Amino acid sequence: MAFTLTEHTIGSYDEELTRLAETIAEMGGLVEASLSNATLALLKLDHVLARATIEADRNIDAIQKKIDEMAVSMIARRQPVAEDLRAIITAIHVANDLERMGDMAKQISRRSLQIEGLSLAPKFYNGVRHMNDLVLRQVKAALDAYATRDAAAAIQVCNGDDEVDALYTSLFRELLTYMMEDPRLITQCTHLLFAGKSLERAGDHATNIAEAAYYLETGRQLSGGVEELHRQQIHE
Amino acid sequence: MDMLSVTPEIRAGVGSAVQTGSAMEEPVKVDIKDVHFFYANGYEALKGISLQLRDKTVTAFIGPSGCGKSTLLRILNRIYDLYPGQRVTGEVLLDGHNILDRNEDLNRLRSRVGMVFQKPTPFPMSIYENIAFGIRLYEKLPKSEMDGRVEAALRKAALWDEVKDKINQSGLSLSGGQQQRLCIARAVAVKPQVLLLDEPASALDPISTAKVEELIEELSSDYCIAIVTHNMQQAARTSQYTAFMYLGELIEFDRTDNIFTAPANKRTQDYVTGRFG
Repeated sequence: MAFTLTEHTIGSYDEELTRLAETIAEMGGLVEASLSNATLALLKLDHVLARATIEADRNIDAIQKKIDEMAVSMIARRQPVAEDLRAIITAIHVANDLERMGDMAKQISRRSLQIEGLSLAPKFYNGVRHMNDLVLRQVKAALDAYATRDAAAAIQVCNGDDEVDALYTSLFRELLTYMMEDPRLITQCTHLLFAGKSLERAGDHATNIAEAAYYLETGRQLSGGVEELHRQQIHE
Repeated sequence: MDMLSVTPEIRAGVGSAVQTGSAMEEPVKVDIKDVHFFYANGYEALKGISLQLRDKTVTAFIGPSGCGKSTLLRILNRIYDLYPGQRVTGEVLLDGHNILDRNEDLNRLRSRVGMVFQKPTPFPMSIYENIAFGIRLYEKLPKSEMDGRVEAALRKAALWDEVKDKINQSGLSLSGGQQQRLCIARAVAVKPQVLLLDEPASALDPISTAKVEELIEELSSDYCIAIVTHNMQQAARTSQYTAFMYLGELIEFDRTDNIFTAPANKRTQDYVTGRFG
């Protein structure tokens, strides 16, 4: 269970925990921007933006390593327990999920370079655009739930993943239909489908972050049973 | 503030079988029921403590100085009886028998409930006699049998190999850590059922501390052990249950895992994470 936090007797411990949270927030912002830019580059076939997004992933990877180092150092020097321990352990998890999301953005950017020059009507992009909007909302909500330690919001993010999965399934059907209608579009549509899959995976990582937020706040894992219980509470 | 009206968070009782990593729970050895303690000047140092110590289990007591944890330990073998005017109400059941009873045989009680203090307190006599002395109070044994008992106790305290060649030297010639293990050996020599350890490692260096902690783990397969410690990590390392006390009250009592990962009470969390006062 989480409580309003009073300050540590040792002030520098608080500063380190704050810096850790700030670094996660900074990394989260970069990943949101990367996902958004990757999809934009895909929709507009903007190769400059695509290359910039691929390049930006290095920075994201570097921040993940920095967060790992900060966490390991705090565990070694501070022997954290209770909520502090949960904050540090979840920081490692969240940084890992964010790093994977950065990879997804990089993959989408690479695909946009590959379909450059191939013709596609705007309607083909609609499904991916919708998925992008929804996934970005999920990522933002998950990061907010983590930053504000909001267990109820975290559960809502987890529940929202069903919608992402449903959208991916419908995107799959839609693109399959286009490909059957005109086999010359198979290359482009396959790339779009994989981009959709990358977004769907990014959504899964957002769910992981929300689960970390729930654990951070409550000290309990978000197991099926608890999730179901809270789902009911939310819908009541 | 909410510091005063206390309902302790006790999750270590019924229904805790669902907690992670819980093997079969050992039976209750010491049942402490609504214990109040008063000093001669009327100061109430314990304000209604109720909790259970399980057999073959280590229970740690943590809390800031003056919270009553050592006082509680001193009640469990009635050391407080040595001081006139100190008074206890409530019940402490050892195997169902109330040791606070006026007619309790204190010598017998103290052989069943051994205690080790913060500072090593070997008697100013040989290592051998340090152990044999206590045994003689309760049993009259032939020399050969006494030798065996002394060796067994020293082995139990993981000290035998270090002292077997100088068993007739003074106990005071040993290092601090060895002296403390000698005191533990002395306590287990009279075959107690409960071991009370009042900050047993706080005056020891890290290696001696590690040896004492390892010893505690080994002894816990035979005894009900209660340990008072200011070292939170030591409580986390050595115990299966932890009780957090504050100003004479039991604030939270739960599996040690829970206390150190997700305590139920804010004051517990503030204390274990170093946010207190």
